[in-house]
Amino acid sequence: MSGTPALELLRVAKLYGHTAALKATSLRLEVGETLALLGPNGSGKTTLLKIVAGVIAPTLGRGSVLGLDLEQDRRELRAAIGFLAAESYLYEDLTAEENLRFVLTMAGRRPDEPAVRAMLGRVGLVAQARERTRSFSSGMKRRLALARVLVLQPRLLLLDEPYTNLDAEGADLIDEAVRQAVAGEGSVVLATHDAERALALADSVAALERGVVRYAGSVAGYRMLGAQHVG
Amino acid sequence: MWADQVWAVLRKDVLLEARSRANVNAIVFFAGLVLLVFSFALGPNRAHLQTAAAGILWLALIFSGVLAFGRIYQIEAENGAFEGLLLVAQNRSAIYLGKMLGATVVMLLVEIVLVPLMAVLYDLDLSGGMPILLLACLLGTIGFAAVGALYGALTMSLRAREVLLPLLLLPVTVPILLGAVKATGVALNGGHGDLAVWIELLVAFDIVFVTAGLLTFEYAVGE
Repeated sequence: MSGTPALELLRVAKLYGHTAALKATSLRLEVGETLALLGPNGSGKTTLLKIVAGVIAPTLGRGSVLGLDLEQDRRELRAAIGFLAAESYLYEDLTAEENLRFVLTMAGRRPDEPAVRAMLGRVGLVAQARERTRSFSSGMKRRLALARVLVLQPRLLLLDEPYTNLDAEGADLIDEAVRQAVAGEGSVVLATHDAERALALADSVAALERGVVRYAGSVAGYRMLGAQHVG
Repeated sequence: MWADQVWAVLRKDVLLEARSRANVNAIVFFAGLVLLVFSFALGPNRAHLQTAAAGILWLALIFSGVLAFGRIYQIEAENGAFEGLLLVAQNRSAIYLGKMLGATVVMLLVEIVLVPLMAVLYDLDLSGGMPILLLACLLGTIGFAAVGALYGALTMSLRAREVLLPLLLLPVTVPILLGAVKATGVALNGGHGDLAVWIELLVAFDIVFVTAGLLTFEYAVGE
């Protein structure tokens, strides 16, 4: 527990009117590690990821990513965080290749053809590089959405239900992306219902229930306590 | 790099528009209909038609613009694309300028169809005033799009955006519309008396609105 953490949240809360989507949540993730974020629907997983990604601002509390303040250093954080959201963020009438080139340009990176092709190859879409996204199946769109995030080489990868719509091969792609990110000194927050799959990849676990962290600690500790007792 | 990002947004918006075509076709049809209806309403009197032509042209362009400004953000709503764009964009002002230029291109395309149509329906001779007409259309469109691209972003996530966008947009753009109608009137009806004043007004408001858009867009699209 030394050095600058990849992610640190201190008593972060999000209120919508009188409804609390997230209550006084504190978490810490070290660089080069994976955190499994578990919990049922409505537990606050997506809200937490959206706060870290910068989609929404927390009502209370503060946090940092790689030493950068979540609220003050938003511009620098955009370059450091990659967010695979429930929505694909893709333009349906652009081709797969055009979607990746566009996102690279907007992130201030050079939209190199070889890098784009290599990324499409990595997610198994090189043959569809020049096809419009509208013609893709939901699984192919999910793969392209993953490519859109990975092509920016983020240092903190946020994955919100990444296995949705993916077949076994596609789910393996997600696992491989997590392993590669961690191997390259990146860090990952993996929010999913597929607890067993996440636990196999994770170094630590945070279990949420109705906006409250019921458990935060090691994978072994989570297994020992029994998932039913910690949300 | 900033210029590359402006170009990327502009290219993307025009490409999406060209591939769907639904918007430009609808806008051209709607604007053409406005010109046609007013030509019937004013009757065959050539003098009446020529006097009213500048105002009617800009009325058609205002309606077209409101549709175009809504559309440039509507294409971002699918799949949460705008949220994704905001999360990666290093320069959000580049998004604004790209969108503003994209809307300008769409409106200029509409004008390319509309002006000759108006010349036929209203029996206008455009040969003499063409340079002034082009300048008035270009400056008026830039100013109108500068405000439209900003307010389109402000209203895109609202349920009543179709009502709110024109309500917010039109009062602010009155100086631009005034200058554009007057300068277009000089182009269509001759006489150069106050032309310089109207052109200066258009240039001044274009600079003010584009600068204000560049400086405030980041805050307009915040949470």
